[in-house]
Amino acid sequence: MGVFAVEFPPVSHLFDWPDFLFTDTPVALNKTGLIYIVALLLTAGLFWAAGRRRALVPTGAQSVAEAGVEFVENSIIMQTIGPDGRRFLPFLTTLFFFVFFSNIFGVIPFIQFPANSRMAMPMTLALVVWAIYHVVGIKSQGLLQYFRASLFPPGVPKFLYVLVAPIELIQIMLIRPLSLAVRLWANMVAGHLLLVTFAILSASLWGVGYLPAVLPFVALILLTAFEIFVSALQAFVFTILTAVYIGGALHPEH
Amino acid sequence: MLALISTILAELTGDGEAGLRAIGGGLGYGLAAIGPGLGIGILVGNAITAMARQPESAAVARTTMFLGIAFTEAIALIGFVVFILLAP
Repeated sequence: MGVFAVEFPPVSHLFDWPDFLFTDTPVALNKTGLIYIVALLLTAGLFWAAGRRRALVPTGAQSVAEAGVEFVENSIIMQTIGPDGRRFLPFLTTLFFFVFFSNIFGVIPFIQFPANSRMAMPMTLALVVWAIYHVVGIKSQGLLQYFRASLFPPGVPKFLYVLVAPIELIQIMLIRPLSLAVRLWANMVAGHLLLVTFAILSASLWGVGYLPAVLPFVALILLTAFEIFVSALQAFVFTILTAVYIGGALHPEH
Repeated sequence: MLALISTILAELTGDGEAGLRAIGGGLGYGLAAIGPGLGIGILVGNAITAMARQPESAAVARTTMFLGIAFTEAIALIGFVVFILLAP
């Protein structure tokens, strides 16, 4: 596919990675899977290293972990669920760091692939979140009351419930997990495509003469910084939406 | 209009369908980005007004702003997904 007479690889080449380990078995491993394993180990390792020696004045991994936990508690849980949401702190903190670590590989040199630009993991995480907020809602309110509170929000004129209830049902059953997964996935795909486009543009213009390559290369550096920001922001958005859904299931509107 | 574009594209590329898909994807993404663009602009502008008027409640305004952005942005992202699905 040619863009501005520059040879641009088909989109599938940018996101499909061949298996390189245990090929032709159900546990075949490719780059995406490897990044997920590394992200998992990083998340676990960070908190393991932080909890190993609990110093009064935190340094290194401990200060990062404490800042993360504090951030999730103060700006996510307290703002959306309230004090009784503290029991979701471990889950939400892990979710935040795991999504962040698997996103940030999009800008790490020589790896440069945001693992969440494959739909599998965002969808899995969204399904886990979907199951959790339903279970939390049913456990705290009871099955009937939970669906009554979600499908028939108060303050709506009676005859409008014919319209509102089906929309709310589709919303909590389908739209919430779908938009949660698509938001993370599409942001990562868009960011990766943007970086690839400018990298290819710089490389091709470099062949013409190095002066015209300056502009796309500067744009590439700025976009890389922007991608670091987006990685953190999407992890934050994923976590805060999870907290909002759990909060909605815990405390229905009256 | 579409028939005309299709004929021109068929003349230019020799493949009218791929050209129409490309145009459809591009137009789809562009149109899908208009509403969320306006929406996020209004949303962030009002959030900044709220933060400037009441700096003590800036934390709540910021959290709610990011929530609103996430919901608004989803519409643009669905346009982007359609764009990728239509890409030849």
